[in-house]
Amino acid sequence: MGAAILPVLVFTVLWGGVGIILPFLVPKGPNRGVLQVILMLTGACCWLFWLCCYMCQMNPLIGPIIQSHVALVMQQEWGGGPATNAQSA
Amino acid sequence: MSSLFQSEQMTLCQLFLQSEAAYACVSELGELGLVQFRDLNPDVNAFQRKFVNEVRRCDEMERKLRYLEKEIKKDEIPMLDTGENPDAPQPREMIDLEATFEKLENELREVNQNAEALKRNYLDLTELRHILRKTQVFFDEMGVVTPTSVDSPREDETMGLLEHEHRSSTALQTNKLGFVAGVILRERLPGFERMLWRACRGNVFLRQAEIESPLEDPATGDQVFKTVFIIFFQGDQLKSRVKKICEGFRATLYPCPETPAERREMAIGVMTRIEDLNTVLSQTQDHRHRVLQAAAKNIKTWFIKVRKIKAIYHTLNLFNLDVTQKCLIAEAWVPVTDLENIQIALRRGTERSGSSVPPIINRMESLEEPPTFNRLNKFTRGFQNLVDAYGIASYREVNPAPYTCITFPFLFAVMFGDAGHALIMLAFAAWMVIKENSLIQKNIKSEIWTIFFGGRYILLLMGLFSFYTGIVYNDVFSKSLNIFGSSWNVNISTHVVHEEKNVMLDPVTCFEDHPYPIGVDPVWQVADNKIAFLNAYKMKISIIIGVIHMLFGVSLSLWNHVYFKRPLNIICEFIPQLIFLLFLFMYLNVLVFHKWVWYYAKGGLAAGPHCAPSILITFINMVLFKAGELPDRDCPSAYMFAGQEILQKIFVVVGLLCVPWMLFIKPFVLKSQHGKQMKAHSPLNNVESTDVENGRPNGGHAGQGGHGGHGEEFDFGEIFIHQAIHTIEYVLGSVSHTASYLRLWALSLAHAQLSEVLWSMVMRMGLQQSSYVGSVFLFAIFAFWAVLTVSILVLMEGLSAFLHTLRLHW
Repeated sequence: MGAAILPVLVFTVLWGGVGIILPFLVPKGPNRGVLQVILMLTGACCWLFWLCCYMCQMNPLIGPIIQSHVALVMQQEWGGGPATNAQSA
Repeated sequence: MSSLFQSEQMTLCQLFLQSEAAYACVSELGELGLVQFRDLNPDVNAFQRKFVNEVRRCDEMERKLRYLEKEIKKDEIPMLDTGENPDAPQPREMIDLEATFEKLENELREVNQNAEALKRNYLDLTELRHILRKTQVFFDEMGVVTPTSVDSPREDETMGLLEHEHRSSTALQTNKLGFVAGVILRERLPGFERMLWRACRGNVFLRQAEIESPLEDPATGDQVFKTVFIIFFQGDQLKSRVKKICEGFRATLYPCPETPAERREMAIGVMTRIEDLNTVLSQTQDHRHRVLQAAAKNIKTWFIKVRKIKAIYHTLNLFNLDVTQKCLIAEAWVPVTDLENIQIALRRGTERSGSSVPPIINRMESLEEPPTFNRLNKFTRGFQNLVDAYGIASYREVNPAPYTCITFPFLFAVMFGDAGHALIMLAFAAWMVIKENSLIQKNIKSEIWTIFFGGRYILLLMGLFSFYTGIVYNDVFSKSLNIFGSSWNVNISTHVVHEEKNVMLDPVTCFEDHPYPIGVDPVWQVADNKIAFLNAYKMKISIIIGVIHMLFGVSLSLWNHVYFKRPLNIICEFIPQLIFLLFLFMYLNVLVFHKWVWYYAKGGLAAGPHCAPSILITFINMVLFKAGELPDRDCPSAYMFAGQEILQKIFVVVGLLCVPWMLFIKPFVLKSQHGKQMKAHSPLNNVESTDVENGRPNGGHAGQGGHGGHGEEFDFGEIFIHQAIHTIEYVLGSVSHTASYLRLWALSLAHAQLSEVLWSMVMRMGLQQSSYVGSVFLFAIFAFWAVLTVSILVLMEGLSAFLHTLRLHW
């Protein structure tokens, strides 16, 4: 299963903080309820959205089809490639 | 829980106001803005109401103010708008205001009339001056041209004027030529000439000269071009004909003296008169300008005051006059929490009017449904308007507006999904929000601007969320950002890469085992099969978001049932609705997540890409009760987990059972409840009918009215049909709305493709130029690209996505 723990942790903590912890810190006033709802919904929606994107990519079943010249540029610029980096484009 | 989640609790109040104090009290209540009055005289004609005269006076005042405003605008004097909100003036001030307006209007009308008369005079004099100048030339030529009676035909310009004049006058006298001189509009001249030629059979001679400068028409104020003409003819018949034609073409004729000396004298006289008129005209204009300037300082406040007076009298017209003619009775809906404020306002009003009797507020019980009132601020108002456009909620129902504050921008952002365009939208919305006070001051009247400005908070949130989704979709003006390093590398030997035209990166060898941390991997932007991947991804998230959104909506209805204490609804409507949605569509979501987790490239045969079952086909087979098909012949199983077949069958059966549950149970339970109530109350009914005979109908009505609204009008057929409609609407709706959420996918795909096309067709051409000329070319191309981006992608796509989001919310 391909899922690094760090991004998952970071994002869950981030949006969890927004959605669960911040509502307790909203100052009292006429808009308290609305602000709490806004924070909770924002946290939930953004976390869900990020999570779907992450989970969709963690176990890919198909790979990208790349044009050969683009692939060569990728090997050169982004690193990687079988014999690593020493080759010229 | 008050505030925005539910509409406010309202109570019906009766107000007793003393007649003298009524005006001031209504004015105070108007400033508060918390009361809704009921019309206590619904069957009274508008012209028979008590305060109709005052309303009429207000209308008159408004008319005068509008006339003043028009004149001020004509002179382009800026109207001072201090933004202050003056209180409604007392009734005695109204008379003062009326007098002021009357005086101003009369003065202005007088000034305008005088100015018009003066201008007419001025026009006549100017035309006469032009005529005198131009005809000089004509007469000279006439003196030279007529050959018959002249002795020496030598055209010597140095000939003295006297001789010249003598000659021309003899010419005139000898030939008895008459002439008329006048001025006509330039456009009418050709027709005039033709008419003259035809009518007089070519026996008249027309000379014309254009007036270079335009003249001002006194009636309309337009600048028109005119031409001076002079017509020579012989005989009286021709003279009358010419005069008639001139009249027909509305040419103005002027008496022009024959001799040059007389003409010169006339010219001098005309010049002095023109100068005098000019002085008088300018002074008139100055006076008018001064009057208007003085008025312009106050006109905005006057408008507000008059409108407030009118509103107060309209409201007073709704009141009922007491029998003793001493006080007015009003009925109004008032929020319960504001009763204190209203008391204070009323007391202030009575103090201001100097009346001694305090006003009385009396709370009344009412069986009517109170109006729905939500306390809004400038942020929530936009979202509440969106929700209300579909339909205003009933009294004390749960209000979806606070949740809409986030779900609306979020769904918009899923469809808009481009960080670059989002920044543009965000900048625009932020400017509107930060500068909102000064922008409100400007009071721009354009309707499009009002719409955009009213929705500035919505736009701000949409921009923020779109920026986030743009980062997650990894789409900035159709380019991807590579911040963390792509998780795919080309792990293929260069030799192979050189040979083929394109390479497919196998997830087994080329994938680095952990996905790109934030968003879509940047490699997909340069991939040929980008759309295949993005389609699968976006369709799935559309369904996930859609089902969760619908689930949220159904859960809100539970809150309604609990509040209004309808346990029957919970059992017969909410629970089957929930089960239907969960078992069929949430199961679909679970399958999606399951496939994302348990199927991976290195999973061998059963869990690998070769044998991963298609979720859509699985779902269709589930509903059709078909056994699963193997994706390929050598795949071990068509199912994702053990027991899936049986579980699916159970889900479908239970889901289908929910339909008759929703349809049948509630009407029958209501019927049996009604039957029990009828039986329980029938002995009481006999007693009460005797009371009715004794002339006390109240008890009977109360007894039957208290049956929770069923009474004798329990129509089983109607309730059944009602329930059937709800059931069908829910069942079919849940399927169709789920599919409808796929528009989230469709629009985001369209947006991304449009953006990409714009880049590759327009901008790339500019970036590919290599010379210095190319930089200028790039400048122009960028302008073109930017205009198209803002107009098509931000505006058009933005509006389109807004509309679709609205549909999804409704």
